[in-house]
Amino acid sequence: MSPHVSRRVLLGGAAATAAAAGAGALALRRESWPGTLGGADAARGHKLRDGRFPPPAETRETGIAIVGGGVAGLAAAWALAEAGHENVTLFELEDQPGGNARSGRNAVSAFPLGAHYLPIPNAEATSVRHLLERLGIITGWSGGKPIFDPYQVVADLDERLLRLGRWQEGLEPSFALSPGERRESEAFFAAMANYRAMRGRDGRPAFALPATFSSRDAELLALDRISFATWLDRKGFRSPALRAHLRYCCRDDYGCEPEHTSAWAGIHYFAGRRGEAANVDGDAVLTWPSGNGHLTQAMARRVASRISGGQVVHAVRTEGAGAVIDSYDVAAGRTIRWQAQAAIVAAPRFVAARLVGGSAEGFSYAPWVVANVTVDRLPRGPGTALAWDNVSSTSPSLGYVVATHQSQGAVDGPTVLTWYDALSSMPPAAARRLMLSRPLGEWQRLVADDLLAMNPDLKGAIRRIDVWRWGHGMIRPVPGFLWGAAREAAAEARPPLFFAHSDLSGLSLFEEAHYRGTLAAEQAMAHLGRPFTSLLA
Amino acid sequence: MADAAEGAGRSRIGLALLASAFVVATCGLIYEFLAGTLASYLLGDSVTQFSTVIGSYLFAMGVGSWCSRYVKSGELRLFVRVELLIAAIGGSSAAVLFLLFDRVEDFRLPLYGLVLAIGGLVGLEIPLLMRILKDRLEFGDLVAKVLTFDYVGALAASLLFPLLLVPHLGLIRTGFLFGLANAGVAIALILLLPERRRLTAELVAGLLVTGALLAGFVSSERLQRAAEVAAYGEPIIYAASTPYQRLVLTKRNDEIRLYLSGNLQFSSRDEYRYHEALVHPALTRAATLRDVLVLGGGDGLAVREILKYPGIASITLVDLDPAMTNLFRTSAMLAALNGNAFRSPKVHVVTADAFGWLRANRRRFDAVLVDFPDPTNFSVGKLYTLSFYRELARAVAPGGMAAVQATSPLVAPNAYWTVATTLEAAGFATRGYHAYVPSFGEWGFVLAGHTAPGAPVRALPPRLRFLNARAEQLAFFFPPDMARRPTPVNRLDNQALVRAFDAEWSRVEG
Repeated sequence: MSPHVSRRVLLGGAAATAAAAGAGALALRRESWPGTLGGADAARGHKLRDGRFPPPAETRETGIAIVGGGVAGLAAAWALAEAGHENVTLFELEDQPGGNARSGRNAVSAFPLGAHYLPIPNAEATSVRHLLERLGIITGWSGGKPIFDPYQVVADLDERLLRLGRWQEGLEPSFALSPGERRESEAFFAAMANYRAMRGRDGRPAFALPATFSSRDAELLALDRISFATWLDRKGFRSPALRAHLRYCCRDDYGCEPEHTSAWAGIHYFAGRRGEAANVDGDAVLTWPSGNGHLTQAMARRVASRISGGQVVHAVRTEGAGAVIDSYDVAAGRTIRWQAQAAIVAAPRFVAARLVGGSAEGFSYAPWVVANVTVDRLPRGPGTALAWDNVSSTSPSLGYVVATHQSQGAVDGPTVLTWYDALSSMPPAAARRLMLSRPLGEWQRLVADDLLAMNPDLKGAIRRIDVWRWGHGMIRPVPGFLWGAAREAAAEARPPLFFAHSDLSGLSLFEEAHYRGTLAAEQAMAHLGRPFTSLLA
Repeated sequence: MADAAEGAGRSRIGLALLASAFVVATCGLIYEFLAGTLASYLLGDSVTQFSTVIGSYLFAMGVGSWCSRYVKSGELRLFVRVELLIAAIGGSSAAVLFLLFDRVEDFRLPLYGLVLAIGGLVGLEIPLLMRILKDRLEFGDLVAKVLTFDYVGALAASLLFPLLLVPHLGLIRTGFLFGLANAGVAIALILLLPERRRLTAELVAGLLVTGALLAGFVSSERLQRAAEVAAYGEPIIYAASTPYQRLVLTKRNDEIRLYLSGNLQFSSRDEYRYHEALVHPALTRAATLRDVLVLGGGDGLAVREILKYPGIASITLVDLDPAMTNLFRTSAMLAALNGNAFRSPKVHVVTADAFGWLRANRRRFDAVLVDFPDPTNFSVGKLYTLSFYRELARAVAPGGMAAVQATSPLVAPNAYWTVATTLEAAGFATRGYHAYVPSFGEWGFVLAGHTAPGAPVRALPPRLRFLNARAEQLAFFFPPDMARRPTPVNRLDNQALVRAFDAEWSRVEG
């Protein structure tokens, strides 16, 4: 026989194998996708750090200056607008306000770049409730409880977890647990329910949201001095399934490992929320395709005329009875000195400390990566159907949310999956360096590999991957920080300077940022003797 | 000594070759059965399909036998190669045909291509085998033995196929299994032959084919799902995938069935019961009857019933899937079912998602018929929620009436009454009723109006097959096993209906 023929036979056999292996062979080819690499404007941020700005070319005046257009700054501007205070200027470093609630949009859908939902607020989150009512998200009241627009409450199915090769409903592991694991899980959640209902010796709820309304009972505050991991160890909560879930919770809400999360914060995650609603469950959440960008955009629209973007504020100080703000206008390329009656510094502490002097010691921030993955079809998988929030127990990422989940359509068409990861397994500074040095293609491969491990059914369906990096995504509630002196000192008003940011609460939550912004606005108005009706009562 | 060993080796090979005659005969017939079964299954008309498949298969065998005369040497090597080819092609034939069925323009092309290829190769087998054995056996003995094994193999195949293989393994896995047998024959022969060193390439190919077939066998579950047509009980006459669903039409005798994504939508044998029940109780109770809205129902069968009221001025039908409405407009067989409903100038078809359309809609209708698929998943479940029914309430004119298909009150009473509870939470006054539709079972509907649905205000159209005044009265009576029970309100954020539906139907369907 000629070698030619035998090679043909061999090739025939190989072709049969390849055909059977099917798409497996395709996997060997490395894919690449279009996309962008975004993030907080590093050049502007670094310019602030380097501190070389032209001297002021002009002096202007304003009533109340707000430095920072994230949730806290916008909440301050909103509160001032509510009180009829017209003479306000909001300085935002980026071109668009919204902070880490900003969002993006492509031909398929709007999508979040950061924060993507708001839980049904607690009764004590009065300013948030007020906002939601103004925005038509709370449509009325019944029996003292707000009625929420059902289209803006997360539609069922809200959460699913991939575990042992199967998607289950909910994020708490619920199947293939030993009786011991099940008992431990029940005991943990019973303990959390107990904390949720508990009041301290001062009569306040043990855990409130905003956190400032929590009890100052020393026994409860002592929880802040140990890590959540230590607390769990001491209480005997050691089941791997439970601990994996709790680790997910810490990373998801705080960007840290349980070892670096204060036990008070760890418990607050479960015990701090007592959402009230007349027409939906109190533990539901509100969400939109653009995530919390829906809220910040609505807030920004209300105060649009007062917002000035592309402003690198590099100095804020008291002068006489008022405040002086030096702001470098990126577009005009010059510095303008603003004289204000009061200033609200609604920037994170590491920026605020640079502006007004003082220390950011003790303030630590978790870097986050958010990837928006545009896909041709909806993800599937064995077990429970696609949910809004989809998490894998084996993935190092925090899973993905589906941007089009709230649409009423029944169409299995293209969508955008917003993929999250808190780089919590290494120290924040090292994680930040790694995050900023990694090129787009490498991020895209990481994201795609992670997504395809969760959903092999998406093979070949990824159209583009846009990666967004948050160098300082969240304040880290490390042990001792929440009820420590550094945080309280930083939050203290120094009239005519007032401070507003979620990091002053120690929890990177919309409710905290909104509370801080509203509080600072009311402090400023009180300082200036302006009449207002408090949104915090 | 050397001679004796060689003699023993030769007789072992001879025995192996005869055994392979048995195996190849079994395999050959199995592939024929597979093709015939698949053809009658997918194309319908089993007599025609079996005749033509067997005929062309036998013809191809003749061609193969004829071709064997051109083989001048190396019969054994060729036999091994033929076995491997049959293993690869025959073994994967069922899987390939299933997967190709809805992906090719004309299914008969791959079908008969495969039948001819396998037949030709099988036709080569026996002549080659006889020539290989001719030096080992005396002619009369040779013919007797080979043909005996051949026919016994045929008997084995004809018994195994219907009794064991189809019910227990299914068509796809059976194919792979017999492909493995063919490959096994080839590999066994290679290993037994003294000249095996020269057959390394064949051995490698044999192992590759075996590996591929094993992979196919193991993943046949997934292949089966990819080739979902295997799931239908009747011959398929049309199948198409749209962006929204999978449409499959089957026909057995005079009965046409439509399946949407695997769920039976109607059977032509008893759909009149369903559609008369859906349409007439609402239409005979609407205070005025000029404008009617149908949500879902892209088959036009409800429209056929609505058109029986001559006074109606307009019928608006909102369906998600243009493929559905086009199919039922253009196919003569299907248009005959709906009485050419889509050709009526009164009918306006809107291609839209019903929820989005209803939210944007500002028109009011005298009657609305809500005929969505069962709430089997969360996307369809949204069309049964409080939010949806609030939008529906805006679309129902004062004095108007809506009817909602609401799954089986017998199989899924909690699901059924959840629909009623949810309609009531949206401000409707409701009245449940039901009808027996043999292909569905006991089926439920809910009448909903701004005021309680009372007695009919107009007569039923003439010549209905199921409903008359007395039958309609009885439909509103619920025996204890279907009686009303307290249920939650189905909301977007709890999808209580999908959960109840799933729990109740999975008890029945396992």
